[in-house]
Amino acid sequence: MGLYVIRRLLSAIPTLFLIVTISFFLIRVAPGGPFDLERPLEAKVMENLRKIYQLDQPLWYQYWLYLSALMRGDLGPSFYFRDFTIGELFARGLPISMRLGFTALLLAVVVGGTLGVIAAFRQNQPTDYAVVGLATFGITVPTFVVAPILQIVFGLTLSWFPVGGWNDGAVRNTVLPILTLALPQVAVVARMTRAAMIEVLRSNHVRTLRANGLPLPVIVRHALRGAALPVVSYLGPAAAALLTGSVVVETIFGIPGIGRYFVEGALNRDYTLVMGTVIVIAIFVLVFNLLVDLVYALIDPRVRYE
Amino acid sequence: MSAEAPILSLRALDVRFRTTDGELRAVRGVSLDVAPGETLAIVGESGSGKSQTMMAVMGLLASNGFATGSVKVAGEEILGLSPRELNRFRGSRLGMIFQEPMTSLDPLYRIGDQISEPLRAHGKMSKGAARARALELLTLVGIPRPQERLDSYPHELSGGQRQRVMIAMALANRPEVLIADEPTTALDVTIQAQILELLADLKRRFGMAIVFITHDLGIVRRFADRVVVMKGGEIVETGATAEVFSQPREAYTRMLLAAEPTGRKEPPPNDSPPVIEARDVRVTFQLRKGFFGGQSSELKAVDGVDLLLRRGGTTGVVGESGSGKSTLGRAILRLTPAAGSVRYEDRDLMPLGRDGMRPLRKQLQLVFQDPFGSLSPRMTVGEIITEGLLVHEPGVTRSERDRRAAQALEEVSLDPSARNRFPHEFSGGQRQRIAIARAMILKPRLVVLDEPTSALDRSVQKDIVDLLRRLQRQYDLSYLFISHDLSVVRALSDEILVMKSGKVVERGTTEQIFADPQEPYTKALMAAAFLSAQAIE
Amino acid sequence: MSDVSTPDTVAAALSTSAPVKGRSLWADARTRLVRNRAALASIVVLTFVAIACIVGPLVTGHDYDQVYQDYVRVPAQWQAYPTPDQIGPAVDRIASRMRAKVESQQVTGDTLRVTLTAPRAIDERLLVYFERSDLFRTAKVVEKADEGKKLVADVPIKRNHFLFGTDSNGRDLLTRTLFAGRISLAIGVLATTVAILIGVLWGATAGYLGGRIDNLMMRAVDVLYSLPFIFFVILLVVFFGRNFVLMFLAVGAVEWLDMARIVRGQTLSIKRQEYVQAAEALGVTTGGILRRHVIPNTLGPVVVYMTLLVPKVILLESFLSFLGLGVQEPMTSWGVLIAEGAKNIQGSTWMLVFPSIFLTGTLFCLNFIGDGLRDALDPKDR
Repeated sequence: MGLYVIRRLLSAIPTLFLIVTISFFLIRVAPGGPFDLERPLEAKVMENLRKIYQLDQPLWYQYWLYLSALMRGDLGPSFYFRDFTIGELFARGLPISMRLGFTALLLAVVVGGTLGVIAAFRQNQPTDYAVVGLATFGITVPTFVVAPILQIVFGLTLSWFPVGGWNDGAVRNTVLPILTLALPQVAVVARMTRAAMIEVLRSNHVRTLRANGLPLPVIVRHALRGAALPVVSYLGPAAAALLTGSVVVETIFGIPGIGRYFVEGALNRDYTLVMGTVIVIAIFVLVFNLLVDLVYALIDPRVRYE
Repeated sequence: MSAEAPILSLRALDVRFRTTDGELRAVRGVSLDVAPGETLAIVGESGSGKSQTMMAVMGLLASNGFATGSVKVAGEEILGLSPRELNRFRGSRLGMIFQEPMTSLDPLYRIGDQISEPLRAHGKMSKGAARARALELLTLVGIPRPQERLDSYPHELSGGQRQRVMIAMALANRPEVLIADEPTTALDVTIQAQILELLADLKRRFGMAIVFITHDLGIVRRFADRVVVMKGGEIVETGATAEVFSQPREAYTRMLLAAEPTGRKEPPPNDSPPVIEARDVRVTFQLRKGFFGGQSSELKAVDGVDLLLRRGGTTGVVGESGSGKSTLGRAILRLTPAAGSVRYEDRDLMPLGRDGMRPLRKQLQLVFQDPFGSLSPRMTVGEIITEGLLVHEPGVTRSERDRRAAQALEEVSLDPSARNRFPHEFSGGQRQRIAIARAMILKPRLVVLDEPTSALDRSVQKDIVDLLRRLQRQYDLSYLFISHDLSVVRALSDEILVMKSGKVVERGTTEQIFADPQEPYTKALMAAAFLSAQAIE
Repeated sequence: MSDVSTPDTVAAALSTSAPVKGRSLWADARTRLVRNRAALASIVVLTFVAIACIVGPLVTGHDYDQVYQDYVRVPAQWQAYPTPDQIGPAVDRIASRMRAKVESQQVTGDTLRVTLTAPRAIDERLLVYFERSDLFRTAKVVEKADEGKKLVADVPIKRNHFLFGTDSNGRDLLTRTLFAGRISLAIGVLATTVAILIGVLWGATAGYLGGRIDNLMMRAVDVLYSLPFIFFVILLVVFFGRNFVLMFLAVGAVEWLDMARIVRGQTLSIKRQEYVQAAEALGVTTGGILRRHVIPNTLGPVVVYMTLLVPKVILLESFLSFLGLGVQEPMTSWGVLIAEGAKNIQGSTWMLVFPSIFLTGTLFCLNFIGDGLRDALDPKDR
């Protein structure tokens, strides 16, 4: 097992390298630069800036510089947030995004899973229809519609929670963003759990349990373990996406996470910020894919990694 | 029949299913009694409602099914009980085993834990006591190395072993009735015999009643005290086994009893020219080991087989699943990469590529086992049958193709108007006729028949065998007949090859093999297969 | 047995001009789909939305980019604008620009009679201010008195309907919502087509050829999967400018991966089907097998996936538009409208509500149709 993890982590390095390379050149090829402001800078100033950030060097050399800095764990300075390095930006924003994402993920698993199981056992009854309806709603209505609606209802009309702002992570401020983040995930998890449970409940081995007169808790235990497999493989990538922040939620609720960095970085041609975001997200995706495979092996004895 | 009060008693049992196409009545007013300790066989072909009757007893109908009538266990009504109340009976007084041993155990739990569950639920045993009892049970059902097997997962066991585990689970609480729903159908013949032996042995020891659901009359004759014959959801005949077999009252029962393929084939004359001559045919598959790469290994599916097939002759290839018999058939038709030499009439087939083989395909045809899988579901029967004409006689007009399709259907005794219908509108036997028509329309010389009767009911099998014999006589065809079913092979073949693990272990004329098998493997196959055939003769 | 025919049925069957017609799997699926009420209702609603979006902008009486300065962010209402309480202030404003005072004004039907007075003679030509406003048409002088210091004019009122209200620039939201629907639906359909084309070709090729080529092609898909791909769309859009064609190319180019996997899986399983082996045994060419056996049998899942991909793509487009990376003003899409609405939720909720209803309604319908199609084509519940 340990050997397998090491092998998987090593095999992630070329993928990561590929991603870094593609992103690096893709960004540089694009028109515009980090100092193309609305009011053009003086030629002299521009030249100095380019020199400071080594943009006057040949492209392959810049690539080399970036890679060697990356090896030392240095993501470079931000072009747009002039006083910060990319590392500092992430050190501040990542914990915020992760806190929101993790809570939403927890909600998705607990609430979504429970709803899915209940619906599966009540298939084609009112409870089931209610869960399926809620799930369809959650999947269909986009976040950027849900968020303003929550703001109108709970912020403006009822005044229960603030409409936005981070306020040093006060719990009141996190409720609406977490709800917005969690709703679609709860919906997907509920739907997947329901479908997987129904499938397992119809399977021959559950029939065996019934034929042997085993009580409901035993049947639920067997069914849950079988139904967990597809849900786990969904949750891996979903967790990676949730933990690295959401542009929409962070923009609408004014939260200083890292979700906005990619769009801001891209719009302002902040090369290092874009690269940093891509790398962070890729690492999350790779790690969670590995976690999924490990959990899979834990649940399913037929999967063996040597 | 015993005079004791019945342990299981069904009265006017009806089973209905709600479907999108309306209500389907699968069981119609079935009444029967099972005396303590007796073995009752319920016999019928597919769709006779024999399984659903017992599913209703166990409260295991699909969610759209419901049962009415009465089911009593030792005088106590159990139909309509809630699952919780029903669980007082299921797994303690009533046990059940199923047709699908491969999927009937939870793949995610250890064998020992799965056997322990009914013990702990009904007998209120402690974890340790249940495990000890599970070990006893595994020993009882003849699982080798039972101590190790307790901690194995189902996928580490063979089909036969899994069925033994199922039996151990069902017997864990000493039920008074064991319901066995086609428990051997999915297994190889030699394994079938072992499982039947085990059931007989367990019955001798514990004296429970057994309800045996099967389509196999051999099993019935050998094991059952009484027989219930079902057709279309109803009981058509009931009686003691010996009586029903010697003096069947109903026409349907007589038809079932006579359904064993009979008659022998006239061998072709000795000077009949060879059609296929194969030498040292080998097929090797590369197997990937492990989930993520690792070193690969080889599987020798066919390992040096020689074969000579004359005009008008039939060679039967016999073996269990995985013996390489189907692969051999495909190798001879050059449908799978193979080494060795295959000559068709005077041509060497081995150097020919896809394009080189194409003109010859008209004369070399193939019929598959699965009449559901071998017909393209979105084409009409007419299009399916005439697809070969598009390739080999591209000049034929549409109306001529239509006429030929009608003629081909007529030849296999199907209504020619069927050619505008789709395969899913036909029964298994009819589909197999369509598949045969597809091969025959090209007027082939050689037809490889890959288990063409195995997926069919006995009475339908007989018709297909008759049809194949008639076509062979009519067109002087050569057959390579691949099957695990020795009674069908005997009715069709001149010569038999017995295959095991890719090699021919025995060969000879049909007479020789059946009268005097030499190899232990052949003998085992015979013994297993003629549980049924001998019973009927 | 029912399948045994009597002799001479060949001739009989050939002579009857109308042979028995079979029910294809497609026909069966259609019956099941029509029986599914949610799916059927969704088809009706979606058709209605599509027709409304295509025809609607032509019949609302407004252009999608027509600005009404006098009607900035007016709420949705059934009655026509201007409302009675809007006329007074508007007349006052015009009068003051004419350097005159309103002595009296009275609305009868669609006509306003206004009496203006001024210390000096009123320049009649200045009545053009009425016309220039969005509330009135050309004013007609009825009476002049006091040497032109008093002027009575009849001004026809210009009635405008804003059933969904107007946006921050004073454009009709109904027209804009319907027009946005055109863009969103078009991107949905076009991007899906792009994704399906790439996906089916890639997947079918990999699946049918198998072996090393399959391995290589699917490894490429795996690598692309592990990239944070939504960000690559953003990258593309940010760096290569924002235009309509790029939008659907970009979205289509990232959404083909699932399709490729589905089609490959399908092709692999169909390739193992005995009817394909039977066709090979008949000597049918690769092209014939693909055309007659593989493609018709992969079609079901492809159609289902397509219906489910359209809403996904519309969502992705609205997401990009929401971020300000989508189509550009004065063009619009539902995502753009919702983004504007979200910015103005305080006071102008209608700007959020109407586009959201259209977007989510469409997405709901497409999802129901997709689910319905899946159940119809692959009926597991029997």
